[in-house]
Amino acid sequence: MDQTTDMARRSRLPIRARLATTVGGAAATVSRLAGRGDGSVIGGVIGLRLEPGLLSLLAQGRQVVLVTGTNGKTTTTRLITAALGALGQEIASNAFGANMEAGLTSALSRAPDATLAVLEVDEKYIPAMLEATAARVVVLLNLSRDQMDRAAEIWMLARRWRAALAAAPGCRVVANADDPLVAWAAGEARQVTWVGAGQRWRDDSWCCPHCGSHLLRDGDDWRCGECSNRRPPVSWVLTGDQVIDPMGRARRLDLALPGRANRANAVVALAVADAFGVSTAQALRELRNVTSVAGRYTQVSRRGCEIRLLLAKNPAGWLEALDVLAPPPVPVLLSVNAQGPDGRDTSWLWDVDYRRLRERPVFVDGERKMDLAVRLEADEVPFQLVSGIDEAVGLARAPHLEVLANYTAFQQYRAVLGRAV
Amino acid sequence: MGYGYPGYAGRGLRLVWIYPDLLSTYGDRGNLLVLERRARLRGIPVDVTLVNSDQRVPPDGDIYLMGGGEDLPQILATRRLRADGGLGAAVHRGAVLFAVCAGYQMIGREFGGAEGQPMEGLGLLDIRSGRGERRGVGEVVADVDPALNVPRLTGFENHQGVTSLGPGAKPLARVLTGVGNGDGTEGAYAGRVLGTYLHGPALVRNPGLADLLLTWAAGPLQPLVPAAEELALRLRGERLAAVGS
Ligand SMILES: [Zn+2]
Repeated sequence: MDQTTDMARRSRLPIRARLATTVGGAAATVSRLAGRGDGSVIGGVIGLRLEPGLLSLLAQGRQVVLVTGTNGKTTTTRLITAALGALGQEIASNAFGANMEAGLTSALSRAPDATLAVLEVDEKYIPAMLEATAARVVVLLNLSRDQMDRAAEIWMLARRWRAALAAAPGCRVVANADDPLVAWAAGEARQVTWVGAGQRWRDDSWCCPHCGSHLLRDGDDWRCGECSNRRPPVSWVLTGDQVIDPMGRARRLDLALPGRANRANAVVALAVADAFGVSTAQALRELRNVTSVAGRYTQVSRRGCEIRLLLAKNPAGWLEALDVLAPPPVPVLLSVNAQGPDGRDTSWLWDVDYRRLRERPVFVDGERKMDLAVRLEADEVPFQLVSGIDEAVGLARAPHLEVLANYTAFQQYRAVLGRAV
Repeated sequence: MGYGYPGYAGRGLRLVWIYPDLLSTYGDRGNLLVLERRARLRGIPVDVTLVNSDQRVPPDGDIYLMGGGEDLPQILATRRLRADGGLGAAVHRGAVLFAVCAGYQMIGREFGGAEGQPMEGLGLLDIRSGRGERRGVGEVVADVDPALNVPRLTGFENHQGVTSLGPGAKPLARVLTGVGNGDGTEGAYAGRVLGTYLHGPALVRNPGLADLLLTWAAGPLQPLVPAAEELALRLRGERLAAVGS
């Protein structure tokens, strides 16, 4: 970081905020040196203790994009950052998923000169973060069941989003029109760019969020059988591997990242880039260069076996991830934990349909492997219990292994694989 | 719904899952799958029916299942079930009803609405529920009423309800760890109607409770070969040990 410009920006902040960013920055450095993570939260925590209004002070004068949703936040944040890279300006971002107030504060204080900021935000914090950052753009990806032991219920979340966005007339919302809860949440916002990004998981949107009646569906189209709530007309659409822009022009995406969910995230990123004047052709070039996101989708070689790591945290995420797996007979290793960041309740395993894993070797690992074992037994999926990734590699004796893990299980594998990923 | 197991023909044990579109917050399908599996392992044929909230509830089921739901879906589902009448008719005929979490509250006389206001329930079990001071979230361990001959319960709860039992219902269990009804008891039952705050796939870790429901519906059951429930019993032992009971 350039010390002089850093100082210049800080000198524009009130004295308490200046002190708060300095002390917070020092704490982050100490935390990094002490090996306690990447320091992406601790700096913000300390800074906010000294100056509770630090986030809004740091956000002043910047164009902020907030990205939220149950799934795809980290990847979409990365893709938007890549696309806006075409503008050639420094961009502040919480690229490693520290997505509450302290994480956002740290991201902004680490990049005092960045006039653009692309920030991933936990679903619960959108109303507060929208107010604190006076965001220019808010991205709403999807809303589905996730970590119910600590998250608010999703209909309730949608109501809070709706109220917050209605109260922020200067903010542009980029929202997935194919997710009825998201569409309803964005429904009272003043400026909305609707994206037809698809919705693979539908078990949380059978009913109209407005009146509770059944939604009628025809492909991606939906409408309420009782009230006037219906899918809004979209200006950006994902269809197969193609994006259709608001002028009706189709282009192939050709991403390096795999899967339908990432193609949807990319289309959202193109819509955001467009709002900042970046052409779709330019933005696409940048998006195609993204090959992994915080370790996800990375390939790593271990004892002659090519391992690919996939992260999925909830039923909608697993549904998309199972679609991404290389076809049988490529073996798959599943790992599930239930620590705080995963949610301590494993009930969600019963919302995933595992039957399509029947035709390949399956290995089961993680602190809650027995929960997963009983689940697979119910779906009549044969499997072997293992302890650690190396045992799976040894038993698989295959050139490739697909690994699908939830949050802390994924981080444990990354640590074993030496952070090469 | 997401998926259903096709291909059942003829009259088997009828399992009816009530309103998976409104009452399936978190893994509720597990209860259906456990009942189905444990019946079939004993050679009992099974018919599974998923009834969405825009469909009629068939009155001729053997075991009815109700899952969890948020406040608004809970209120909507209650209204529709009352208008439909099929579930009440089935219960009065002697069908088995197993309800968890929001479903448990709904089958009572009264429960707390979105703002905590009292809402009229289905009146199928003599309980009244309201909103507690704090949310009960975490592992539950509870000792079942000895009259039911079911081993200790293990499960996960996630609710803000408190439930009091009238003279027409008995507590299902006594709480060792967790919140349950809020007065040291957990769940309630009367006749063949049974409810619990153990949310989601409550029967997965409690095969004894699953077998109780099957017995109510189908009569005495053959024991399973040990290999068929080895994994479930390991999971159960692991969870009980983790809570230190
Ligand atoms: Zn409606």
